[in-house]
Amino acid sequence: MTQPKPSCHELISSLSDFVNGELEAELCAKIESHIAECPNCRIVVDTLRKTITLYQQTSAQTEMPNEVRSRLFKRLELEDLLK
Amino acid sequence: MINTKENRPISLEALRNGDRAEFARLVEQYDTFVYRLALRIVGNPQDAEDVLQETFIKALKHLPDFDGRSSLSTWLYRIATNEALMVLRKDKGAIVSLDDPDDNSDDEQEPLEVVDWCCLPEETLMSAEAKEYLDKAISELPATLRVVVVLRDIQGLSTRETSEVLNISEMAVKTRLSRARLQLRQSLSSYFSHQFGLEN
Repeated sequence: MTQPKPSCHELISSLSDFVNGELEAELCAKIESHIAECPNCRIVVDTLRKTITLYQQTSAQTEMPNEVRSRLFKRLELEDLLK
Repeated sequence: MINTKENRPISLEALRNGDRAEFARLVEQYDTFVYRLALRIVGNPQDAEDVLQETFIKALKHLPDFDGRSSLSTWLYRIATNEALMVLRKDKGAIVSLDDPDDNSDDEQEPLEVVDWCCLPEETLMSAEAKEYLDKAISELPATLRVVVVLRDIQGLSTRETSEVLNISEMAVKTRLSRARLQLRQSLSSYFSHQFGLEN
């Protein structure tokens, strides 16, 4: 375990907005400047981005089975309109 | 905004007039999105299917009350989320509320796992075991955080749409999303560092 420096802690709560590109310019520049010099925070930002990408990719693979759709249309009495 | 399979907008007027074909089109456009949302929140296919069916039954029943102030998709997501949370309450006997008095807590200040696992091969990051671990980590998030990460990051709703679905402020959405993402990052860091002996 590594205990980041206090200055790192100040930025952690903003990292989610930072990776979304939703921060105001001044704070964004402050974080970019910080991670350019702080290897630990650069790793946190990189692994945060990768974490989001991974669960987005794995979730996108989830398909609804055809039989689930069939039962849904039947429950709604729409079987005749199921394509 | 949700991407639908067909671009032609659903006619609210036709739905309110009881047009079955239009309702079938609504179901066809949104059923996969509702199913994925439900599966991520309740964690098992049987309950997810129940949530899916109840969502569209309630939508059909309450269409006359829909005032059109939010989009149809936001309205459907709100019904589905409430149904999924009801399943959690029923199954686990737990108090599941979207109100979270700890929104301003400082739990992001805990020590962070600082391990650079981004360099691992893609097949390792996307392995079945890693995916299972990540699924488990998401399922173990508190419901208040899990719902936000599902709507915002997995279903692709905007911060504003998520706040409308959950009836919480945009600031609360951002705070919960941040906490959820950092918890998931921490879980994956622990997993990869233990699995592959990565050094801090």
